[in-house]
Amino acid sequence: MTSSGGTPLKQIHLAAHFPGVNNTTVWSDPRSGSHIEFESFRAFAQTAEAALFDFLFLAEGLRLREQNGLIYDLDVVGRPDTFTVLAALAAVTSRLGLAGTVNSTFNEPYEVARQFATLDHLSDGRAAWNVVTSWDAFTGENFRRGGYLPQEERYARARAFLHVARTLFDSWDGTEIAGDRQSGEFLAEPRPGRFRVRDAFFDIEGSFNVPRSPQGRPVIFQAGDSEEGREFAAAEADAIFSRHGTADAGRAFYADVKGRMVKYGRDPDQLKVLPAATFVLGDTDAEARELADVVRHQQVSGQTAIRMLEQLWNRDLSEYDPDGPLPRIDPDLGEHTVARGRASVRMHRDPMATAREWRELAEAKGYSIRELMIQVTGRQTFIGSPLTVAEAIDDLVQSDAADGFILVPHITPGGLGEFAEKVVPLLQEKGVFRTEYTGTTLREHLGLRPLPAFDEGAAA
Amino acid sequence: MTFSQQIHLAVALEGAGWHPAAWREPDAVPAVGLLSADYWLDQVRTAQSGLLDFVTLEDGFPLQSDAASGHDGRTDRVRGRLDAAMVAARVAPLTARIGLVPTVTTTHTEPFHVSKTIATLDYASTGRAGWRAQIGAQAAEFPLFGRRAPAPDPADLFEEAGDHVEAVRRLWDSWEDEAEIRDVATGRFVDREKLHYIDFESRHFNVRGPSITPRPPQGQPPVVALAHAALSYAFAARSADVVLVTPHTPEAVAPILDDLHSAQDTAGRSAQPLLVFGEFVVFLDADPAAAITRKERLDEADGTAYRSDAPIFAGSPDALADQLAQWAHAGLDGFRLRPGTVPRDLDAIVHGLVPALQRRGLFRHAYEAETLRGNLGLSRPANRYAPARAA
Repeated sequence: MTSSGGTPLKQIHLAAHFPGVNNTTVWSDPRSGSHIEFESFRAFAQTAEAALFDFLFLAEGLRLREQNGLIYDLDVVGRPDTFTVLAALAAVTSRLGLAGTVNSTFNEPYEVARQFATLDHLSDGRAAWNVVTSWDAFTGENFRRGGYLPQEERYARARAFLHVARTLFDSWDGTEIAGDRQSGEFLAEPRPGRFRVRDAFFDIEGSFNVPRSPQGRPVIFQAGDSEEGREFAAAEADAIFSRHGTADAGRAFYADVKGRMVKYGRDPDQLKVLPAATFVLGDTDAEARELADVVRHQQVSGQTAIRMLEQLWNRDLSEYDPDGPLPRIDPDLGEHTVARGRASVRMHRDPMATAREWRELAEAKGYSIRELMIQVTGRQTFIGSPLTVAEAIDDLVQSDAADGFILVPHITPGGLGEFAEKVVPLLQEKGVFRTEYTGTTLREHLGLRPLPAFDEGAAA
Repeated sequence: MTFSQQIHLAVALEGAGWHPAAWREPDAVPAVGLLSADYWLDQVRTAQSGLLDFVTLEDGFPLQSDAASGHDGRTDRVRGRLDAAMVAARVAPLTARIGLVPTVTTTHTEPFHVSKTIATLDYASTGRAGWRAQIGAQAAEFPLFGRRAPAPDPADLFEEAGDHVEAVRRLWDSWEDEAEIRDVATGRFVDREKLHYIDFESRHFNVRGPSITPRPPQGQPPVVALAHAALSYAFAARSADVVLVTPHTPEAVAPILDDLHSAQDTAGRSAQPLLVFGEFVVFLDADPAAAITRKERLDEADGTAYRSDAPIFAGSPDALADQLAQWAHAGLDGFRLRPGTVPRDLDAIVHGLVPALQRRGLFRHAYEAETLRGNLGLSRPANRYAPARAA
């Protein structure tokens, strides 16, 4: 398939994120189902697979969020274990990739490598791992290891962790099991799985006990946006869960990370940039815009708006009226104490500057606190008729702002259905999205080349 | 009419069966099939067709070895395995009534992770999860984690295991059943008064809580422990709902029960039900001589006579049924059987032993409950954190 100019059209990759704990989910909607019952996950995954999506994605949270010293109760709270859900979903899907975030701080590489290798076996090659680092002692209170990591060590540890995991994945090359009943030779090699790692973070050795999995290792995702995160992705990752879904920011990010790959001897095509995205569909663009506004008001109640503002202000603002103006008092620039267990508070690198921008915007437009929060936090990525949304997605991909999108519906689990029904066929008509699965593994869906049976470079 | 005790029955799934040469049998799954989901699914479905209470799935972090120190260099035995909890999850949506009890070690794992793993398995199986809690004591497994020196005192590992289970149990209760309220009027998704910090503190670790996963359908999925001696009896008495024991004669049952009951007293858990299952490795054929010959043939292939911590039974399903009846009479609530080879001995349990027990009035003719606790006759426990308000 080519465009009129003769350049081949890029194929779009689509993934579905089963929402975890966030304020995107409109749980008050009567159509909103359980976030815990397996039936919700089954329905969501089967919708994604029927629509030929590349994969399903699960994020992670290891401590209930708190604000002002109390468990945060306005959003969806509670989620199941990622590995267990993905393994169960492997039973009720056959092609869909199964991706999960698993952090490298509150786990040991031997255990995580074992779980991902197992998932890859149990799904016949559909596993993916979003490698993240946690840093906070707050989450660490749930773990015997504790958990505080200085900022500068986070990526060093993540890279070391991934290196160990790769060493373990490669400790079997796939030729060890002979299984010869006549001769009695189960193994063709007497000491499979041997490994030894000594570095600044790990000092481990032994024999890995999961033989090589169908993909060799899970597809590796990276989600960080910092300088170190981008470098890590360019060097190590197969895909990036990016935050940059708009045209300009997307193109800049895309060019940046792909540009960094050359020095690692990697083909830019072998790293897929997949921004997170939300959507609201209507029969017409005007109807979608109206609906998007309704959804935003559902997502950001007055109470939620105050809590969001507190996350920047780092102060208890419960006395403020959400329908009134912004506080005159400035953000507290001291240690962040108001919101805990929430990655987004770290996005506010310069709270004073952000507060200044917000005040200016609120004054210029006459926004109340709630109206401002609706505008400045999490406006939907794609709003419009199915055709408008399909074209927007295609334009972003063809113009190298992304290789595809990871979609989070605001209704769980049914919210993906409308996109699958109405937008996917339009992308297929354009020739930019598959009309059937052509491969069986996630690597194949993503257009990633198969791994050599044994990666000399990664072996210890 | 005489009163007949109902026997509970479980099977222990491991490799191609428990005999080290089982993988060489003509009807065994091809070696690479041991890593396929379908192989495990077939076994669990077979066990379910026999109305068994549950299956256990063996596991461990080190590569299998006959040498405690690490590699044994043997090439003639099954090596390599999958994570048991994930195999159980993979099987859960495709089975309906049988309990799924993966082995998860207490030694190298995080109680927080284990708690949500088993809770999630309970959701995926709608109330059929259990946890076989096991210490990991082999010297070879400590360097896999590099967190502590190999070969610590087993007493220490059992004490840690008890703490681990306690932390997991508290995490299961850290959400009250009605904690999710979705109260549109007040905008609250949860009632945080019904979420509880567990603040578990021990010599081995501290865990704050609450869990990220709501209380599982069974409230407390059953904890299963294998025990052979005083240390493990104490662990099982403190921590388990089902204890697996290995008496080699019916006469040995009573002293074990005495030990367990006094260990329960010591642990302050006398009021808690503790089901006691006997263990057998079984080789079953309608013709008992054939079972014995087959076991000998397997021994010959392996080069040594198979030995086990559990008594080994080779004979007919009918004879095994008589023996189980006798041992149950001695005080056991049920049995976990380790099939010598798969599929043959698993099939013989389901198609031979189960009907034989049913004919004797000792085994169910249909599943009686939807949950594992229900089939074991265990009620759903109250939440330890709830009563203060309920009163």
